[in-house]
Amino acid sequence: MDINQTLSGYSDWCYGIAVGAYVVAMLFYLYEQAFGYRRRTTVRNRELVAVGAGSESADTEPADTEPADTEPADTEPASDAPTDERPADETVLERNNRAERIGKLAVSLTVFGVMLHVAALALRGFATHRAPWGNMYEFGAVLCLVAVGTWLVVLRKYPVRHLGVWVLLPVVVLMFLGGVLLYTTAAPVQPALQSYWLVIHVFTIASGSGILLVPGVVSILYLLKVREPRWSTGLAARLPAADVLDRVAYRATVFAFPIYTAGVIFGAIWAEESWGRFWGWDPKETVAFVAWVVYAAYLHSRATAGWRGGRAAVINIVGMAAMIFNLFFINLVTAGLHSYAGV
Amino acid sequence: MIALLRNTWRGLTSMRTALVLLFLLALAALPGALLPQRSLNPQKVDEYVASHGWWGGLLDRLEFYDVYGSVWFSAVYLLLFISLVGCLLPRSLEYAKAARGRPVITPRNLARLPHHHETTVDATPEEVMATARQRLRGWRMAEREEEDGARSISAERGYLRETGNLVFHFAMLGLIIALAIGKMYQYEGQVIVLANGSQFCNSGTLSYDTFRPGLRVDGTDLDPFCVKVDGFTASYLPTGQADHYRADIEYQSGEDLATNTWRPYPLEVNSPLRTAGDRVYLLSHGYAPVFTVTFPDGQKRTHTTQWRPVNQMTYLSEGATKFDPPGVTDPAQRRQRQLAITGLFAPTAVLQGDLLGSAFPDLRDPAVAVDVLKGDLGNESGRGQSIYEVNQEMVDSGRLKRVARENMRPGETVTLDDGTKISFDGVQQWVYLQVSHDPAQVWVLVFAVLIVLGLGTSLVVKRRRLWVRAVPADGGTVLLLGGLARTDQAGYGEEFGRVTEDLLDLLGPEREHADAVTGRES
Repeated sequence: MDINQTLSGYSDWCYGIAVGAYVVAMLFYLYEQAFGYRRRTTVRNRELVAVGAGSESADTEPADTEPADTEPADTEPASDAPTDERPADETVLERNNRAERIGKLAVSLTVFGVMLHVAALALRGFATHRAPWGNMYEFGAVLCLVAVGTWLVVLRKYPVRHLGVWVLLPVVVLMFLGGVLLYTTAAPVQPALQSYWLVIHVFTIASGSGILLVPGVVSILYLLKVREPRWSTGLAARLPAADVLDRVAYRATVFAFPIYTAGVIFGAIWAEESWGRFWGWDPKETVAFVAWVVYAAYLHSRATAGWRGGRAAVINIVGMAAMIFNLFFINLVTAGLHSYAGV
Repeated sequence: MIALLRNTWRGLTSMRTALVLLFLLALAALPGALLPQRSLNPQKVDEYVASHGWWGGLLDRLEFYDVYGSVWFSAVYLLLFISLVGCLLPRSLEYAKAARGRPVITPRNLARLPHHHETTVDATPEEVMATARQRLRGWRMAEREEEDGARSISAERGYLRETGNLVFHFAMLGLIIALAIGKMYQYEGQVIVLANGSQFCNSGTLSYDTFRPGLRVDGTDLDPFCVKVDGFTASYLPTGQADHYRADIEYQSGEDLATNTWRPYPLEVNSPLRTAGDRVYLLSHGYAPVFTVTFPDGQKRTHTTQWRPVNQMTYLSEGATKFDPPGVTDPAQRRQRQLAITGLFAPTAVLQGDLLGSAFPDLRDPAVAVDVLKGDLGNESGRGQSIYEVNQEMVDSGRLKRVARENMRPGETVTLDDGTKISFDGVQQWVYLQVSHDPAQVWVLVFAVLIVLGLGTSLVVKRRRLWVRAVPADGGTVLLLGGLARTDQAGYGEEFGRVTEDLLDLLGPEREHADAVTGRES
């Protein structure tokens, strides 16, 4: 089977442009985060109203009134704005409108990036005649694609668009590192990887890890919101309600955890077929187990008095740290059975 | 005393303790990924201990190189196991009780629930109840008469959540037990077999180069089967990266052993042979140069000994092929005239001066660069020695002397001073096979699948309650609805809204809109 170098070249172009699109989208999200100030005062006012009306958690109300993708809510704010801000209303409204537009532009750019990202992977798959996740560069690309995809899904359900910059940041860093340091020329994989389990195991693991990146980032934001460390008070004020952040983190984790579990089990089935045992405490297996236990602890912590909220968020972040440690440290520093193609 | 036991038990089985134990488990497992482990690479452990002084020794005494068999790791998972049992027993009882129980009584004030609706319809309370029963088919229901002639239905759904949760945790227990049974009765052995029709039989531990038995395996009762390796083929990409390995083997097991029937099997990576309850894997391969020594008296000896690859990319290999002089019975005499051919083998030779290297892992242009040593190999020293090396002590003490150094291609011969001729005849391939046996692994798989199913169910299904109250009003009925999700509220608002709408559609027009359907996600 020959490697189609032309397709592989196109794939690299798509990858590069996708990263570029994400970077520009990040700047736009950042703009919205910085100047889309008014929208959130409005939301806060509504919350106050709702709380005053006797409901205990009205924090999702914004979700209903401001879906990220439907008709703009930008005409409303003026009516809800506190009277003492009236004089500045028009300019604020204008600024708010622009931030809103730029935020939407950022989402479009993200979608554009995702399309190129998909194209990059598909082209690599066609170029090599195999599933395009056979080395670390490709694995990172799949993981990031799933992370951004997850984020787009979250956007449709929760009013958290302006947080896009914080989710895209690790994605862009990972893709940059992948493209620069870990880049591997398109090639077939060695005999140990020639199995349909490559398609199943690696994809489920990459998906699980990619989705888990989102709750990890959101949990960090949750801690910033709740603890309000002095250096980030400005940022904390611009974050959505802690409850929203907590729920996004929880729901994404709950969605990803069975996928990740299945991925680990698929790995064990493959190991039985390829290495002669289903579990051998290879470094990669060990840290996958550690991360799994940490996420299990996260789920348990939410059912334990005194552990909900902040502590649970810390556990989620530790889980993400374990995943990243497993991806980089274990592959690049320790020598294990999961080292392929030089990395 | 009993109080102490009870408190210990309660403490051990609380969620908080389980949480702490989970952390300890994660923490305790981690050193296994960072420090070399005996189970994976004993040589590396020795090197690590040697190069880290007292620190390395201390870690050794604390079992940090056998993490997963260490006292502390076992302690954590045993405690977790007990904690799990202690949590599951009461929960199972509660579950059994709930499985027979009726949904809870309708709250007095439905308007205080997170989801609620109130309206007035023309239908009679009986009609309302009948319609509600019909719409809530699939829910577990309890209908009650209340004071003032009002009637209500309590409905509950999503019991599968707890089912999934329990399945997950019991499967976890099952998996741990299956693992433990596996550790008792499994064995694993590795053996090198020449790919020239040589045979290997799983008859006892002596058939193996290395053998790792489970705790209850003594090696006397292995599943009998035999494997014959007829050939080995490898294909490579132009870069030298391996593309495909295949060992053509034949095997016999069960009745075939009695009738001596051989069945062919293409043994490949990712495609082990499964027979007689065992699995046979192709782990790796290598080269065995064939040397023939013609002794001065005309006697010939041909040896094919496996050499080991020192470079996994080019398969440059090293080794030692050792000969005893034929017909020499006096040990002292024999120790003067033993021969060893040792050095390097390259499947695709590149010579830099006299230095042999290999450019490609396939047999394109094989060559050897060897020293011929004569004297005492040290076989009778009582100490075991590597088949890949000569005993360096013998060389250092001058009892084993170099008598020739030569680069040879297949067919070439070198003649020693005493007339001994050594010829490099060619090369054969060997395969490194692993035989594994684990009678419990299918159970591990079953429990693993149950874990995923249970987990998925318990995280997807939501336990939720819905109440319908019909209060007779002049000519019609005041209909009150209330909803509460017991676990995760998200998404229940939509379902509650749907049920409400359906009910109102079935009951005909509302008399007046008391208030809109309120649904709240929290």
